[in-house]
Amino acid sequence: MPRLSAAQRHTIRFTLNGQPVQGEAEPRLLLTDFLRHVLGATGTHVGCEHGVCGACTVQIDGSPARACLTLAVQVEGSDIRTVEALAPAPGRLSILQEAFRRHHALQCGFCTAGILMSLDAFLRAQPDADEAALRDLLSGHLCRCTGYAPIIAAALDAAARLRETAHA
Amino acid sequence: MDSPGDKWVGQSLPRFEDAALLTGRGRYFDDCGAPPGTLHAAILRSPHGHALIEAIDTAAARALPGVAAVLTGEDIRTSTTSLVVGVKAPMECWPIAVERVRYVGEPVVLVVATDRYVAEDALDLIEVRYTPLPAVTDPVVALTPEAPVLHDGLKGNLASERRFRYGDPEAAFASAAHRIAIDVTYPRSACTPIECYGVLADYDPGEDSYDVFANFQGPFSIHAVIARALRVPGNRLRLRTPPDSGGSFGVKQGVFPYIVLMAAAARACGRPVKWVEDRLEHLAASSVATNRVTRLEAAVTADGIITALDWDQLEDCGAHLRAPEPATLYRMHGNMTGAYAVRNVAIRNRVVLTNKAPTGLNRGFGGPQVYFALERLVQRIALTLGLDPLDVIRRNLVPTSAMPYRTASGALLDSGDYATAMETALREGRHDELLRRRDAARAEGRPYGIGYTAVVEPSVSNMGYITAVLTPAERKRAGPKNGAQATATIQCDAVGSVSVHVASVPQGQGHRTVLAQVVADELGLRPQDIRVVTDIDTAKDAWSIASGNYASRFAPAVAGVARIAAQQLRTRLQRIAAPLLNVPPDDVVLAHGKLHARGNADNALPFARVASSPHWAPGTLPAEDSAPLRETAWWTPPELTAPTEADEVNSSLCHGFIFDFCGVEVDRVTGQVRVDRYVTMHDCGTVLHPGMVAGQVTGGFAHALGAALYEAHSYAPDGSFQTGTFADYLVPTVMEVPAPLILHHESPSPFTPLGAKGVGEGNCMSTPVCIANAVADALGLHDVSLPLLPATLARHLHGAEPGAPAVAPPQGERTLRGEGEARVAAPREKVWAMLLDPEALMAIIPGAHAIQRTSPTAYRAEVTLGIGPVKGRYRVTLSLADLDEPSALTLSGSAAGALGFGQGRGQVTLREADGSTVIAYHYEAAVGGKVASIAGRLLDGATRVIIGQFFAALARQAAPRQPWWQRLLHRLGLHA
Amino acid sequence: MKPPKFDYVSAETLDEALATLRAEGEGARIIAGGQSLLPMLNMRLARPAVLVDIMRIAALAETTKQNGTLRIGAGVRQATLQAHPNLHPLLAAALPWVGHAQTRSRGTLCGSVAHADPSAEIPLVLLALQGDILLRSARRTRRVAAADFFIGMMQTARQEDELIEAICLPQPRPGEGYAFREVGRRHGDFAIVACAAVAHEAGVRLAIGGVADHPAARDLPADSAHWPEALDAFAHALPARDDLHATAEYRRQLVRKLGHQVMQEAAACRA
Ligand SMILES: Cc1cc2nc3c(=O)[nH]c(=O)nc-3n(C[C@@H](O)[C@H](O)[C@H](O)COP(=O)(O)OP(=O)(O)OC[C@H]3O[C@@H](n4cnc5c(N)ncnc54)[C@H](O)[C@@H]3O)c2cc1C
Ligand code: FES
Ligand code: FES
Repeated sequence: MPRLSAAQRHTIRFTLNGQPVQGEAEPRLLLTDFLRHVLGATGTHVGCEHGVCGACTVQIDGSPARACLTLAVQVEGSDIRTVEALAPAPGRLSILQEAFRRHHALQCGFCTAGILMSLDAFLRAQPDADEAALRDLLSGHLCRCTGYAPIIAAALDAAARLRETAHA
Repeated sequence: MDSPGDKWVGQSLPRFEDAALLTGRGRYFDDCGAPPGTLHAAILRSPHGHALIEAIDTAAARALPGVAAVLTGEDIRTSTTSLVVGVKAPMECWPIAVERVRYVGEPVVLVVATDRYVAEDALDLIEVRYTPLPAVTDPVVALTPEAPVLHDGLKGNLASERRFRYGDPEAAFASAAHRIAIDVTYPRSACTPIECYGVLADYDPGEDSYDVFANFQGPFSIHAVIARALRVPGNRLRLRTPPDSGGSFGVKQGVFPYIVLMAAAARACGRPVKWVEDRLEHLAASSVATNRVTRLEAAVTADGIITALDWDQLEDCGAHLRAPEPATLYRMHGNMTGAYAVRNVAIRNRVVLTNKAPTGLNRGFGGPQVYFALERLVQRIALTLGLDPLDVIRRNLVPTSAMPYRTASGALLDSGDYATAMETALREGRHDELLRRRDAARAEGRPYGIGYTAVVEPSVSNMGYITAVLTPAERKRAGPKNGAQATATIQCDAVGSVSVHVASVPQGQGHRTVLAQVVADELGLRPQDIRVVTDIDTAKDAWSIASGNYASRFAPAVAGVARIAAQQLRTRLQRIAAPLLNVPPDDVVLAHGKLHARGNADNALPFARVASSPHWAPGTLPAEDSAPLRETAWWTPPELTAPTEADEVNSSLCHGFIFDFCGVEVDRVTGQVRVDRYVTMHDCGTVLHPGMVAGQVTGGFAHALGAALYEAHSYAPDGSFQTGTFADYLVPTVMEVPAPLILHHESPSPFTPLGAKGVGEGNCMSTPVCIANAVADALGLHDVSLPLLPATLARHLHGAEPGAPAVAPPQGERTLRGEGEARVAAPREKVWAMLLDPEALMAIIPGAHAIQRTSPTAYRAEVTLGIGPVKGRYRVTLSLADLDEPSALTLSGSAAGALGFGQGRGQVTLREADGSTVIAYHYEAAVGGKVASIAGRLLDGATRVIIGQFFAALARQAAPRQPWWQRLLHRLGLHA
Repeated sequence: MKPPKFDYVSAETLDEALATLRAEGEGARIIAGGQSLLPMLNMRLARPAVLVDIMRIAALAETTKQNGTLRIGAGVRQATLQAHPNLHPLLAAALPWVGHAQTRSRGTLCGSVAHADPSAEIPLVLLALQGDILLRSARRTRRVAAADFFIGMMQTARQEDELIEAICLPQPRPGEGYAFREVGRRHGDFAIVACAAVAHEAGVRLAIGGVADHPAARDLPADSAHWPEALDAFAHALPARDDLHATAEYRRQLVRKLGHQVMQEAAACRA
């Protein structure tokens, strides 16, 4: 790859939620800003820009990762999924999203997108995850509203339902 | 979901808010776009706790392409007026530093540019010259005569002092069997919503008016403060909020100084200006709860009945008294006796200013500080008198028969059955089993303790309580302040569908869902038929100074007034339908989307038809009902009267009751506290939505657990701020927060339309002290302070360290010390000569760019310093003293740059050792600014590295020709 | 909180990366997982002229077993290695403590070693197991023992133009036992004290992170009767620091008490 100059914007291409997308970015542009302000995908939130809060978590090639600790140029050619991809159809919610609604696992909802992206990837890889494993995963997210208990309840409920649908 | 069994209110409906929030379609501040041409702001902030601003050089920043404006305190001062200060004291409060900085993080320069990245580039180019002043961060020290004074007009740092006396405390103390006192300090913590502040401001010079969009949460009394600062009447400040907010917990009240700043910047640039606060800014300078030093003494009978309380509270509001402070100190004024019937009370309240960030609203607002003292005292009373703490609580609770109960200091406790709630909690929370658990743990040598608390949770603040900071005479002059206006508007459109608007500005509490439930019940509709709008536009909506989302006023006040508006609308609908149904209006029933005659459901009209009729056929309606259906209701509780001549203050309308107990275990090795079981009993009146009430309790509990065990907004004595990242300011994660057992006992409030009381803040008041009491019980501690640091608790467990170094450095001290040696293959004279030669020094100082000799023994240089990837450019001065040629000297230096500043002194000795020279040094250094706030964990080691580099370079330079073996080792990367 | 300007090179080959490092000198910074570098860039603590992304170099993304050692390439992410079948038990015990799942999915092992945070787990394990670091520059290739590599707070024996090509860990040996423990304020925080122990027939090797400016290891006798004294000496020898989250004394006490427990555990799993 040629050297990308700091002073210019460069075309970045990747797959976002199954669709090819492209946009212009300086090398220093964070993936969070690229998603939100270049592509207009504002479902991914920003809470700290130093990797701790988890609000910006997206899936990069299937794994949950911090968009605030990723440069847009780094994901050239990658497969990115964000919260906008989770619902099966407009007006419908996924099993995981439904569980969050049922258990009141969100209040302000600002942390929620990141949490959903972590859980979505994790439950796909480890459908039998127990509470300890879910807590360990979710320790990478700060939520200031819920006190976490309903989030754990929703995650366990979603895991059980996902297992059922997988067996059905 | 169709017809409700009984009522919608009281059911845990799924929230209408959630579908959008779960699919990434929320509309938070930064999702709402900005007009074309909007510029972006970034703020240069003070690295010093206290310093004079000598000069600000903005030329390079202005010259950077993309930069539209660079504004300093002087610029803002000319276009705005100081923010009003809530006490009668000669001081100003600017949203940006003017002449002097008083806390780390205080805005100093505002840059406006085409995007945030460029704006931050420009910040790097600004040079500010400061003269540091001594700082004071301890509120007690701040009151001493030697303390540096923050605001010259004040003479000292005391901003306000008032004494209060209710009943006859002196007599009660004189005749008391026991006087039992406690001294406590409560630290600073903050609720840190995950979304930070955001402001988008525009100015129209033609009309001299501002249009501001910000994630402000209220109270809208602040609208008046902003308008005044911007020198416009209220109708020329349009303030709008986004539909969604990423949490607030009080904190987003504190965005208002930035509204003033961005509005002023928009005016200066002639373009809209947008600013999104980042987390470093938020932690350093948004809104943090006050820290408080309290001495509380009780007069107590032999069997533990408290007959009098004597409070001495010293409130630390930080560097500026920012509206509505010192409200934190007065919010609890009516209920300073907590859940207890104590008739004699003395209070001294003092407010002090220190070199820390200004304080403001935070969940619990004033409650955590008060109850930490009061409930620690109750435990102390039990211990002193050899009583069961539960018995001390029982004997002092306000009796049910006394409700509503007027407290000594003027609050009217609206309802409650404290004793029953407490006994129910003990039973359902299996207290007896917890006692056995403690016994079992202790038998195995595991430190285990139980804590209790009983608190009264106030909600719906009286807008007049803060005037208790003024004397009755001052209040008289200012005019009475009281009440808590709430408003709701309901309207029916041309197809008869119903919209509700309130000025409640929710921050995630599901207001839209609850309001739909409330209104649906009154109108015989389904909640999903009703659309609720909760964002506010001060230019178009009904609002009052009390509007907003604070003081837990939603359920008691806002939901209540929505019901009143719905009832008004219902009355009109009944009047319109009555002639059509041929029944009197009172016999028109609204149910299942219809209006029908009482007792005859077939004699019915569709709701939509009646509700839309004034739009389509006003001529067929009586004149009084011909206007389209739009009802705005206002409600303010008559109980919220102004403070009396005798300083009695009914500070809040509702008073919920909480009784908590918990069991904790302290790890014998690590000193870490594990909350084993937590039981929290709430009486918050009528529960409108059980799921959301549970959410408020678990959320508040998590905040409180954080305050008890992890969170502290820390400053070093020199004013350096130490918790500038989420890696230092420790917000608990899912691993740290257990789920509490939540119990309810409902005593509806007689003063609110729905019988509801606030519930969101109580655990922030009850839980920190409950955990502290449990840890004190576990370890037999006399004094505990928050947060309960494992390192501190471990000292009690481990005892004295074997062979500990004689003088342990005092905790919290920030001087970095170190020593080292470098061996140089050169004679002493040569090394000495180098230290006095600028050119040689230039080569020694790692990364020196330009070195100048400013006197025979002083140098100035530009230096790039760093470790690993962390690099920054600094202006360095060095001076040599105590020259004792060629064997000793003292090297003093200071450095300042974008990453912070440092000062240090080192004693250097040169010793001859077989042909070479041993340079020995020991140093003391103090480092502050950005690096201290965000990389504190690494500072000591980093300083060591940099100073080591200096002497290693000196050694290399003095002996340019290394022996071959050293060169070889060096090449292998094995240099010592 | 936005990064300063820098150029960006995504190297396709090792040579390309090394050539850029050589040409740019100290202005160049390697970016691997970015989980330590990006926070520093966002806070503008670091100001590289050019970032050299090494994650597209296929040759670096390999983990291979070679005569008794596991060679972990610079492109291997922490999460990828966690799923490796031949993971050393000590590393397996330590990896879950490195940040969170969401940072391990990006962060590399070699990046952690290069960064040399005094509390980092991976350097600690490398030191406990007496692993090696393979360094490569346009000029040469060399191998440095972990004990010689970590020399200070974020200071290593790596030269500006060198890249860590891989780290090498010995494979578990029969008769050895391992244990790992760490204490932080919250789960996922950098360690206040981290202990890794390797018990073998002749004694126990204990490595401590989070206390001194870099991880430190000592070999203690097998007989646990000598441990308290040896641990006390070890604790005093480490230049422990006070910081916001813990005192130096607390750190030393944990070296004694936690160190003891960890050695016991390691010895127990040997049996
Ligand atoms: C919230 C959070 C929590 C964390 N907690 C922990 C923790 O508990 N323990 C822990 O150990 N770490 C922790 N980390 C850091 C860890 O996640 C990083 O992965 C690791 O420190 C660096 O690996 P990286 O691949 O991300 O390196 P990068 O960030 O890409 O690089 C780090 C440094 O190493 C250099 N570098 C990288 N690769 C090489 C190479 N091959 N050769 C030469 N130089 C190289 C870079 O130039 C840079 O200076 C945490 C990070 C975050 C964001
Ligand atoms: S914004 Fe990325 S982790 Fe907080
Ligand atoms: S729901 Fe508000 S931060 Fe999690």
